[in-house]
Amino acid sequence: MAGLVRTGVSGLPVRKVEPTLETQAFWDATATGKLLLPQCNDCSAIIWYPKEFCPACTSQHISWIESTGNGVIYSFSITRKGIGAWVDIAPYVVAYVELDEGPRVLTNIVGCSVDDVAIGMAVKVVFDDTGEGMAIYRFTPR
Amino acid sequence: MNDVDSYFCAGDAPGFGGISMADYWGLNVRYTDTTETGGSSYLAHVGHAAAAIAARKCHVALITLAGKPRTGGQQAGRSGASSDAPEAAFESQWGSNVPNMYAQAAARHMYEYGTTSAQLAMIKVVASQHASHNPNAFLRNEVTVQEVLDSPMVADPLHRLDCCVVTDGGGALIVVSPEVARSLTQPERAVNVLGHGEALKHSNNGRIDLTHTGAVWSGPAAFAEARVTPKDIQYASIYDSFTITVLETLEDLGFCEKGSGGRFVESGALMARGGSLPFNTDGGGLSNNHPGNRGGMTKVIEAVRQLRGEAHPEVQVANCELALAHGTGGNLGTRSGSATLILGRS
Repeated sequence: MAGLVRTGVSGLPVRKVEPTLETQAFWDATATGKLLLPQCNDCSAIIWYPKEFCPACTSQHISWIESTGNGVIYSFSITRKGIGAWVDIAPYVVAYVELDEGPRVLTNIVGCSVDDVAIGMAVKVVFDDTGEGMAIYRFTPR
Repeated sequence: MNDVDSYFCAGDAPGFGGISMADYWGLNVRYTDTTETGGSSYLAHVGHAAAAIAARKCHVALITLAGKPRTGGQQAGRSGASSDAPEAAFESQWGSNVPNMYAQAAARHMYEYGTTSAQLAMIKVVASQHASHNPNAFLRNEVTVQEVLDSPMVADPLHRLDCCVVTDGGGALIVVSPEVARSLTQPERAVNVLGHGEALKHSNNGRIDLTHTGAVWSGPAAFAEARVTPKDIQYASIYDSFTITVLETLEDLGFCEKGSGGRFVESGALMARGGSLPFNTDGGGLSNNHPGNRGGMTKVIEAVRQLRGEAHPEVQVANCELALAHGTGGNLGTRSGSATLILGRS
């Protein structure tokens, strides 16, 4: 579980990701700076977190769409005391970002002072390289 | 122990869970349930035991909890996702932990309803007053709203004193059939399970709503089964992993309108003396005990004490005939279990 942890350009830890059959396409796209979302071909629901069926209608006909990468902060917390790889990182911001496409995605807010973060703030996706081609998605004010 | 014919436990049971514990005690188990919904498990177990007894699958059910997070190295702050959970890759990269996920629920509730840190602090203040009468409480000191606000920020907007204690401990409950209850040497000390409800709340395909708990479903189910309303409840054990857990649960169970929990607790409603809804008279998880990082067991135990008239005299509710106990397990910031019990004096 621990995996290799490196420090991303954001200054926050980045751990190796381990794609599964269901999530390979999602993680592969992050290598080219794209945030993909699964969409149900039958009921049009946009699915999060990525999986190969639609929890709204049980369809297994899923396509990938590219997110705009834009959203707003739904909620957040400034962590003052981290655990594990995060113990020396605090303060940092864990947040839910509501993407323009609908899903509320757990993530970090980076590239600004933790004290400037607010619910409703407009943010855009940035990627932190894992060092193995794939990257993890974080968000920064836009 | 020889009369026990059914055993209920959750993820805290060591080894092979129920099998290992039945072996340890030498129980003759003919019905078992190891429902794991975190800290709410034990309230769910009471409901499951009552249903199994009503179906005549068993007659004497044992429910247990034990854990040593304080001295045994069990981590309290980790978030729930294990590495093989399907959500893990999307939730384990961000430095999330239990406090900062509950903190996001608090932050959103504040944003939508204007709830304040001082209002949340009042929940801890009342818990500390109740704990001052409990000689076994981990924290017996009474605190003020200002002391809560002045305690170190753990994860904004939750301060250290908005968080429950980390303690070793355990507990057990026995649920029996009416026939067995009547045969007890002190049948008047048994309480009746009048209603039970449970629910799993999840991230809803990425549309999580952080302003409510699964009590919005488990509460109405329990009230309907017991055929009572929130106004009838004289004492409530409300799961208190964090102050925000209490606030949202009070709203969700219908003790006040959604969004008005801050004003409700600010009024002193939760106080054993003079409050309209005395809560957690043992001091709760915030001041007394959160055994094994799972507070559901103690929620039931204090409700039973109230119905027996065996709570500390300073916090005993006069003529307590109807009590509620509620558990929230897992993580309010992602996915959680809820279980509600309505209990009545026999």
